[in-house]
Parts: sequence; C-alpha cells; structure tokens
Amino acid sequence: MTLKDFVLSIEGLTVSFDGFKAVNDVSLYVEQGALHVVIGPNGAGKTTLLDLICGKTRPTAGSINFLGHELTQMPEQKIVQAGVGRKFQTPSIYPALTVFENLEISFPRGRSVFGALTFKRDKAVMERVHDIADMIFLKDQLDTLGEVLSHGQKQWLEIGMLLIADPELLLLDEPVAGMSVDERQQTGDLLNKICKERSVLIIEHDMNFVREIAHRVTVLHQGAVLAEGSMEHIETNEKVIEVYLGH
Amino acid sequence: MNTLLNNKLTGNKDQTVSFLILAAVLFVFFPLIFDIFRLNMVAKYLSLSFAAVGLVLCWGYGGILSLGQGVFWGLGGYAMAAFLKLEAAANIAKEAGSDQIKALSTIGLPDFMDWNQITELPYIWYPFKSFPITMVMILVLPGIVAYIIGVAMFKRRVSGVYFAIITQALCWIMEILFVTRQGWTGGINGITDLRTCLGWDIRTDSAQYILYFLTVALVLGMIIVGKLILQSKLGRLLVATRDMENRVRFSGYDAADFKIFIFCLSGVISSIGGAMFALNVGFMSPKLVTIEPSIYMVIFCAFGGRLSLVGAVYGTLIVCFGRTFFSELFPESWMFLMGTTFVLITMVFPRGVAGIVEDYGPRLLALFRKRSAGAEDLRIVKQAGVS
Repeated sequence: MTLKDFVLSIEGLTVSFDGFKAVNDVSLYVEQGALHVVIGPNGAGKTTLLDLICGKTRPTAGSINFLGHELTQMPEQKIVQAGVGRKFQTPSIYPALTVFENLEISFPRGRSVFGALTFKRDKAVMERVHDIADMIFLKDQLDTLGEVLSHGQKQWLEIGMLLIADPELLLLDEPVAGMSVDERQQTGDLLNKICKERSVLIIEHDMNFVREIAHRVTVLHQGAVLAEGSMEHIETNEKVIEVYLGH
Repeated sequence: MNTLLNNKLTGNKDQTVSFLILAAVLFVFFPLIFDIFRLNMVAKYLSLSFAAVGLVLCWGYGGILSLGQGVFWGLGGYAMAAFLKLEAAANIAKEAGSDQIKALSTIGLPDFMDWNQITELPYIWYPFKSFPITMVMILVLPGIVAYIIGVAMFKRRVSGVYFAIITQALCWIMEILFVTRQGWTGGINGITDLRTCLGWDIRTDSAQYILYFLTVALVLGMIIVGKLILQSKLGRLLVATRDMENRVRFSGYDAADFKIFIFCLSGVISSIGGAMFALNVGFMSPKLVTIEPSIYMVIFCAFGGRLSLVGAVYGTLIVCFGRTFFSELFPESWMFLMGTTFVLITMVFPRGVAGIVEDYGPRLLALFRKRSAGAEDLRIVKQAGVS
C-alpha cells in the first residue's frame, strides 16, 4: 500500500508537557474509508492524539499528514477547511441555538465576517440541513434548543454538525458515551453509513461497541502504541490483555 | 409584505412592538411631558445609551465584557468637540476688540492652547478643521483603536476577565493622556464653551429640540443596525462563539475575526453617542471617558438586560434618572441605594429590565385580559338581571 492510500499518516508524533510525554513517538495510518478505533486505558493519550491532529495541541516532534497537508503547521480553522472534523468528548453544541441553527452554522459557507453577514438561508442550505437532521435522527427536533436535547441527541447533533461540512476524515471522541443501548445501536448504524464516503477515527471505551464497528484497532498505552490490527488480533494479544482488557 | 419587513427588521412581533413603544416614548411621550431643560437631560442620557447598545452586541451576544467603552465614546466626543472648538475659536477671532480676544495672544487658536503657550495648531487637530472629515473621524478613529486592541487580544485568545482588565487599563491610559497633554486636549477641564456647529447656535431651545430628535433617531438607527446584525448568520455565530468558542473554531471559522468585528462595531456605536453628547451638552471632559463612566455603561447595559438592544436604552434612562433622583433625595446615602439596587437586580433579575418585562409582561397581560373579560361577564349578568 502506498502513502497515497492513507487519508492520515501520523509519524513519530510526540508531545511533551513539561517533560511528561503524553504522546510518545506514535505512528498511525488511517486508510481511506476505514473505521479506525483507538482504545487504551485512562491517560493513554487518546484524546491528546485527537487534539494533536485537529490542531488544538501542537506536537513537540513528528508529523501529521492529511491528504498532502502537513497539519502540524496549520491553524485549527484551516485544518477543518481542509476536511478534518472533530467531535469532542463532552458534546460541544451551541446551547442557545436551535438544532436547525446549530446545523446551519456548521454548513461550510460564509465563513468570513462578510460572508456571515450576507449569508442567505437558501434552498441548498435548507435541503442539506434537513438531510443531515434526518440522518442523525433529529428531523422532528429542528426547532428545539440545543440545551434541552438529551445527552445522546447532543452527541448525534455534534456528529451531524461535522457531517454537514462533508469532511474527509472524522475524529470522534467517545461518540456513544452516555447513550442507551438503543441509541448505541442507532449510532453504530450511523457510523457504518458515514464511513462509506469518508474515514473515521474513533476513541472508544465500550469494547462491545468497538467489536461491532471497528475495521482496525490501535491500542495506546502510556502515550505509545501497544498493538495494532483487527479486533480479533487485539483481543488475543497478551500485552493488551495485561494492561487494558484484563483477564 | 409587512410581516416580511418585520422579520427583516426585528425578527419577531414582540421585538417589533417593544421597538415601536420605545420610539413612541422617545419621539412623542418625552417631548410632551418634559420642558426643554429636562428634554436636554434626556438627550444627554440617550447619548450615553449608545455605549450600552454597543455593549449589548459585544457583551450580551459576543460575550466580550469591555470595561473600556468610555474610551470609544470619548474618542467620538473629543472628535466632535475638537471641530466645534475650532469653529468657536474662529468665531471669536472675528469679534475684533472684544474682551475675549484681548485676553488671547494667538488669535484663532482654541483658548486652552493659548493658555498653554501653544502658538500653532497641532497637526493632530488639522482633520477637525473640516466637518466631513470630522464625521469620518468619529466613525474611523474608534474603529481603528478597537481593531488594534481586538487583533492584539483576540488573535492571541485573550478573553474574559483578562480582556476586561486590559480595557479598563485603556481607560486609565486615555485619561492620563488627555489630562497631561493639556495643550492638545484642554487637560482636566476638557474642551468647553462650544457654541455653534456650522454656524448654527447649538445652545438655543430650538437647536436643543432638533438635537434631541436627532439623538433619538440615531439611537433607534443603531438599534436597527444591531438587530440586522443579530438576524444575520453573524449574530448566531456571535452567540455560538460566546457559548462554545472551541466548537466555532473547529467548525472552520476564525472565531477571533467575529469578536474583532463586533468589538469594533460596538466601539463605533459608542463613538457616535459621544459625538452627540458633545453637541447636546456643549463640552467634553476626560472625566467622562475614564473608568467610572465606563463601568456605568456596563451597568446601564446589565440593568436594561444585556440581551436586549431596546432594554439598553431603558436601562440607561432608568439608571441615570435614578442617579439624579436618589442623589437629590438622599444626598448622603444615594450611592448605597444605587449600589443595593444594582446588586438586587443582578441577583434577582439577571436579564435586567427586559427580563422582567419578558417574564411578567405576558402574565400581566393575561391577568388584565381576564379582568376585563370578568368585567364583561359581570356586565352581561347585570344586564340580564335588569331585564
């Protein structure tokens, strides 16, 4: 497989906070159309890894290549514009705006001051918002304020806000945390649907869920890659069982 | 068509109604009940309310607490005053032989410059020789200052309390600068004795009436500008940035740009108010642009309800009238009374006067409807009894 087939190539990535290496010489490759899951115990550096990819944290060393862009040198909004969408661990939606407005703001047009002033809610926007709302199971909630949604619905809304920008790569930090069994099932179906057109990098703790959805799994431990491969491969790896999965 | 216009202007019916009520109060009610002395006082307060309207946009919606609105307000005020002062000086120069002219050594210069041994007009005063350039300056000066601060702070992600402290320091700097550069600014006394604007005597009753209505029209105009911006996607982006700045950034926006824009706009709106103040009151002084007035501006805004443009005007009027009223009634303790009122209103009604109206208005209206409906029932019963 050549470098071209990877959407994201992380090589030798290290970040040090006052000498503590939260991510230590990590290399990770995400294939086109893959649903790649990162697992690991608390403090393994999973969220920091996503922070590094989306530009929230800057690495001490290493490179992150996304479709030819070197992300370590780009400001956050440029990384987003290049096609990387990030969902945070705690649902980050706009509480004072309705579901419709939340999605509309995330529509990738009118991103400058002037563009925002002259932005028109035209047919293309309306259709796209309705399509996405349908996809994330919120089509009946378009006029609901963000703050009154349930936890699971907020998670979906944030995924929808990423989808409306049509990114090449989605970074999802614990997308099913705090969801009911039904909601988790729905989210799994949603993720399977969206990874047909794009690649998804997920952090998840719920092993049953990972088993259902993951194409490929990377295990992080103390900032470094402990193992990588298919879920069956990971589950039989002795080191992984020792530090994470338990006996 | 009408509803379309409503939507465009104010978003919903309630807001249109509250805007129209404010317009009626300012345009009709006040001129009817107040003599010109009180009306001029209202005009003075309204000039301050521009700053509060600006704060609704930048603090209420943008989440940027600026304790330095007095600086922008003062820039507009000083720009206007500078123009009026040059005109006053030129007029004095024409009155050969008068006492005023005998007291001056350099004729045609503003008096305070003369007292400070300045014999030539400083270069920074040159733009204020022309009325159109002064008008441009009133809009551009605060814009530039706000832009520089905005870029320096927001691009570095300085926000919240740190930003508030820096804007407060700015007031301090401006006061020191204006007090110490006496020859350029009139020092602690400020720029006084302003009489005419383009040959029009601004001290007469008729002029003060016209200036009052001009102030009202401008304040209402600013509210409409604010509403239009809040209606646009930019308005929703401001709210989004206020609540979840990170999310905005990770939706592909440079959040700092929107903060800079609204901070500049609120500065320009304040500046227009300052300019109207100089016209209405006839002087400008550094005491009006420093820390205390800037904090008062925030109080006006909080009192009126920081999410309500219309409320900002009421807030300013109520607090200013309250200040006058309390200080006349209780010269010793009025500060404590004012303070207690502020604490109470922020604790009990965090959305200010606008919040009270929004919460209790509908209930009151319902109660009123029930009463009149009740009276109607009673009348019907009575009539039935009679027949």
